[in-house]
Parts: sequence; C-alpha cells; structure tokens
Amino acid sequence: MKNLPLLFLGIFFTLAFSWSGLILSSEIQYGKLVPTTSTLNAEGEPEEGGELFPAASAGIALQGKEVYQNQGCMYCHSQQVRPKGYGADFERGWGPRQTVPRDYILEDRVLLGTMRTGPDLANVGGRALSADWHHQHLYNPQITSPGSVMPPFRYLYRMQEIDPEGPSPDAVSIPADFPYAPPPGYEVVPTDEAKALVAYLLSLRIDYELPEAKFSQ
Amino acid sequence: MSTLPTTQASPAPAKTEAPPEEWSDRVALSTIDESMRVPGIFFVVSGGVWLLIGTALAIVASFKLHNPEFLGNIEALTFGRARSAHLNAMTYGWGNNALFAVALWIMSRLCRAPVRYHYILITAGVMWNLGVTIGIWGILFGDLTSVEWLEMPTYVTPLLALSYALVGVWGILAFHFRKGDHVYVSQWYILAALFWFPWLYTVAQMMIFFTPARGTVQAITNWWFAHNVLGLWYTPVGLAAAYYLIPKILGKPIHSYYLSILGFWSLALFYNWAGVHHLIGGPIPLWLQAAGTVGSIGMVIPVIVVAVNHHLTARGSFRAVWNSPTLRFVVFGAMSYTLTSLIGSAMAVPDVNEVTHFTHFTVAHAHHGVYAFFTMVMFGAIYFMLPRLLNREWPSATLIRIHFWACALGIGIYVVGLSIGGWMQGLMMNNPDIPFLDIVQAMIPWLLSRSFAGILLTVGHLAFFANLIWMIAGPRSTVPKTSLGRERVPA
Ligand code: HEC
Repeated sequence: MKNLPLLFLGIFFTLAFSWSGLILSSEIQYGKLVPTTSTLNAEGEPEEGGELFPAASAGIALQGKEVYQNQGCMYCHSQQVRPKGYGADFERGWGPRQTVPRDYILEDRVLLGTMRTGPDLANVGGRALSADWHHQHLYNPQITSPGSVMPPFRYLYRMQEIDPEGPSPDAVSIPADFPYAPPPGYEVVPTDEAKALVAYLLSLRIDYELPEAKFSQ
Repeated sequence: MSTLPTTQASPAPAKTEAPPEEWSDRVALSTIDESMRVPGIFFVVSGGVWLLIGTALAIVASFKLHNPEFLGNIEALTFGRARSAHLNAMTYGWGNNALFAVALWIMSRLCRAPVRYHYILITAGVMWNLGVTIGIWGILFGDLTSVEWLEMPTYVTPLLALSYALVGVWGILAFHFRKGDHVYVSQWYILAALFWFPWLYTVAQMMIFFTPARGTVQAITNWWFAHNVLGLWYTPVGLAAAYYLIPKILGKPIHSYYLSILGFWSLALFYNWAGVHHLIGGPIPLWLQAAGTVGSIGMVIPVIVVAVNHHLTARGSFRAVWNSPTLRFVVFGAMSYTLTSLIGSAMAVPDVNEVTHFTHFTVAHAHHGVYAFFTMVMFGAIYFMLPRLLNREWPSATLIRIHFWACALGIGIYVVGLSIGGWMQGLMMNNPDIPFLDIVQAMIPWLLSRSFAGILLTVGHLAFFANLIWMIAGPRSTVPKTSLGRERVPA
C-alpha cells in the first residue's frame, strides 16, 4: 500500500466510527436518564409527589459495595436480569422483571458481570435470606449450600472469647460440626467489612416498577 | 510493491507481495537486529517472567474453582483477586511485553530503520513493568476495581499511559524514518495497533474511572475496550507477525495482495463494533445489541480472507511448516485464529448467546483467542527473533519440542473441555427445573480438566523459560548447535 493518507484516515475513522456509534450515541440517547415514578401521568411526566426510582443507596451499603468490588464477587455473580423468555432468569426467581438502563443510573460503578458461576444477585436482597444466613454463607458456604464452590470469606470474621457478660449480639451461629466452627467459649463475629458487605447484599433489590419496565417483563 | 526475492522460482503474479527485504539486505538487517538486541531481550525476558507469574496465579484460581478451600484463608489469593491478577499479569505483563518486542522488531526491520536511543525505550519498558507490578500488587491487596480487563487500580494509570506512549512512539518513529516507499501489510497492522491501543485505553479510563459515564454506558465502554484490546491490539500484531513470518520462512510471497487489503480493512471496520455482544440480553438498548451482533458476524469476512491468504501461501510447503519451530507455533496460532473467530461470530447470534453467555464457554473462548492464537504466534515469533538478535541458536531443540506439545495439547484440552462444560452449564441454567447447586456440581469434572490443562501449560512455559535463560546466559557462538532450532532461511 502506498496511499498513506488513506491508511491514516482509515485507522482513525474506523475507531472513531465505532466510538461514536456505540458510546457517544448511547451517552446521548440515555446518558442523562434520571429517576422517575413507576407510572407516568397523562402528559408522560413523572407523577407529582410520587416516589422516585431507583433510589440512592445508604452509606453502609456503599461501603459494602467496595468490599464486593475488592473481593471480586463480580467474577462469579452477575447483577442483571434478562427479559422474560430469554434465558430462565425470571423463572429462576432472580428478579420480578428484566433490568433496564435506568436501574443503574445512580451507581458510580456498574457491576453487571458476565459470569454466573453463582446465581445472579441483582435482586438478592429481595429473597428471603436473613443477615445471619449471609454471614454463615460467607463464613463457610458449605453450611448453607453444601457442595458450593463459592470461596469462604472467613477472613472477614473474627473469632473471639465470649464475654462473661454474655455473647455479642452480632455473633454468627456456626454449627459445631463444620470446620472452623468456634470452640466452646468462643464466638464468631463479623468485622465491619463483613457487616457492610451484608448490608450491601440486602440492599440489592428490584422491588419497584418503572414506566419502561413492569413486573413480569 | 516490493521486489521479490530473486531466488523466487515461481512466476510472480502481478500483485503479490513479500516482506520487502531482499536477501542482499542482510547487512542492513543485521544492524537493525543489533539495535534491537537489548530492548528485545529486555521485553522478552520481562514477558517470560510475567508468563510464569501469570501461570502460577492461573493454577491457583483454577484449583479454587473445584476446591474452594484450597488456600482458602489467604485473602490476597481469594478467587476474584487471583483470577484478576492472573488476567492482568498475562495481558499487560506477558502479552504487552512480548508484543512490544515483536512489533517493534518487525516494524524496524520492515522500515529498515534501526532503533535509536534504545536506553529511552528500555527506561519506558522498566516503567511499564513497574506499573504492572504495582497494579497487580494493588489487585491482590485490596484495590481490585472489578472492571473487567481494567482491574488494576487507577493510581497506576498515569504511569502505564506514559510508559506506553514512550514505547509506542518508537514504532511510529521507525515508520517515520522508513526507507523505500512500499508499506507491507504487517506495517499497516502494527501501525494501526500502536495507534488504537492508547485511544482505547484513555477513553476507557476516562469514561469508567475518572469521569464515569452514567449507568450502563460504562458497561458499553468497558466491553468496547475489553473486546478491542483483543481485536485491535493483540490481533493486528499477531496477524502482522504471521504475515511477516510465514512468507519469510517459506521464502515465497504472500498469496494475494488484494486479500491482505480486504482483510485489513474489514477487520478495522467490523471488530470495533463486536464488543457489545458481551451485553446481549442486558440492560442496554436493543439496537446496540443488534450492532454488536452485526459487527461480530461481519468478522467472518476478515477471518476467512486471512485464513485463505495464509493457507494459499503455505500450500505446497507443509513439510517446511512442520520442520520450522517458528512456523509450527505460528501456523497453530493462525489456525486457532480462524476457528476461534468463527466461534466468536456464532456466539453473537442471540439464540446461541442465550446459552453461552454467563458460562465457562466464554472463558474457553477467551483463552482460545488470547492463548491459542495470540500467545502461540508470539512464541513462534520469539523463536525466530531471538537467534537473530543474539547471533546464537536456541540451546535445546528438545525443550522447544516439549514447549510446543505441552502448550498445544494443554490449550486444546482447555478449550474443548471448558467449551463442552460451558455449553452444558448454559443449557442447565436455562432450565429452571434444575437446582442451581446441581449445575455447580455438574461443572466440577470440566473444571478439573481445565486444571489438568493448566498443568500441561505450566510444563510448556517452564520449558520455554528455561531455554530462554539458557540461551541468554550461555556462551556466545555463531555455529548452529541444533538443526531444529535453526530456521530454514532462503539464501
Ligand atoms: C468462585 C465463584 C464465587 C465467588 C468469587 C463468589 N461466589 Fe457467591 N456463590 C457462588 C456459587 C457457586 C453460589 C451458589 C451456591 C451457594 O449458595 O453457595 C453462590 C451463592 C451466593 C449467594 C446466594 C445467592 C442465592 O440466591 O442463593 C450470595 C448472596 C453470594 N453468593 C454472595 C457472594 C459474595 C458477596 C461474594 C464476594 C464476597 C461471592 N458471592 C463470591 C460462587 C461464588
């Protein structure tokens, strides 16, 4: 090839083309989405005084999200529900409806994930799993889910002697017949990181409708 | 249009091309090789060290996926961190270092422009490796970002960007000072890659970390970047190396000049758009998913074109391919490129994606591309390049043979095993009657096969590294010691 200007222009424009086509145009199309009410009024505007969705997360959940990020939970867990009829996300109970772009607009880091070694967690806070269940599971997944390949996150917990005045209110109930169960006179308590992580998990829920995404879609 | 080697027996078709080096250029080439000696060895050895680190991390991550208690109490090696450190060690450590060496060397050879001021290049290389070291340290000890392919913490971004700029500019300088007015296909690919990578990296860093885009626009940016790292960075350089080495070692021109042009432009046009297929079914507009599917299916064109061009070049010389250790690796890589790309296009079809998305099938596919194609081609190129930089032969033909067979078998088992496993995983996941834990259990045999493959790959990498160190540390000699290590260079 001798036509160098063509080569340079081509190298430049092919990438510029995909960047504007994929990224710039999505930014223009929905980069400015804002929270809205579940249903719109007759003019297509949010209902006046209605509750806005999605809602911002609380501080402790945001700290928990950092733990989720730096432990790399995302490499086994997605946070997105595919539309009903495409895959079995809905039938598996991973969410009452598909997730849409607006669901993610308040997140400063979007953790959609591309792997489901474990179940989708977009709506894990909406399942009937208590904080204690999560702590047991994180301490040793085999307690709640025998045969799981989820790693143990025991290092987010502390083993301590039970105070003579009574056990800590945070103590996690670990059945005695599992490895790493506390010996008599000891208890397992979550560190601040573990508490924040569980608060984050419990905050993950899709329990609201949006004008563009009704339940069962 | 280059001058063909005068020894070329077959009548040259009107438009064919070979790497534009005449055999009388030997002297010029050896000055260039001389000028690349120190940087070339620096990058290859750094790459080799990262390859071993990345392999160790891979083994840890792989074992954890069937034995979660394995090293289970070490926070730094929890699955999410170990696999991310593995990916980054392999990509930015091994991949980029090998790529820097091979791309700069091929570029300066084709441009007949020796590398000047190579101490600046080496300083840049040291900075790059320092950046990757800090980045991986950060991943292991608490700063993992959880953005795929961009796991290293943002405090290394400036260092990496700066050192990349210093390395990349060397390729562009070589191009600027080139002699002769013909520009060979390998040069287009390398030039394009050197330009595309910093653009991809900067945009991704800005739109994801420094001034994050809102919501899932981040995810689109992420996959535009991550897929293009393979498509517009590793692939062009892998293809450039194949386009350089196949005709060079076989001593005949590339079959068709027009096919090379078509292959280059269709790759530039389609690969760009393919990344969003990682978000099919996800919370992004449908038209974007369609664009990703179209881009991915369009990739069939460059892939077939390149495959035909390479195949027709090698036709009639298959024995020579087999006898040259370089070509064994390169042709293995080129064939993997064809296969993995066609599978990739199929995976972007929504009906197929419904099964393969979110499964180990994707992991198999990623290794098929980055390893069976790119890494194998880099191995081949290194086997060809180092004897010329060092003026000595590879000390052990047996180690090369072990390297080839362990890696070829290893990656073969890896890809086949995880693809079957991943496909089953997808089918089971789409059947809501199967409890999730049953799927987890059903995957274990396939994950074990992956760990076994990982051990084979480790053997191959150790053989490669041992040979490399032996070669560099061994006594200098210009007399070939082995026949296998010696390339059939047409004289
Ligand atoms: C190696 C992959 C892997 C990693 C890493 C991982 N998980 Fe899991 N996770 C699984 C698997 C497999 C299951 C399903 C079996 C079970 O319940 O343990 C699961 C299940 C879960 C569940 C239960 C979901 C449900 O609906 O039953 C929660 C909650 C969870 N994981 C949270 C986490 C968190 C938080 C992290 C990071 C600190 C994490 N996981 C990291 C594999 C993983």
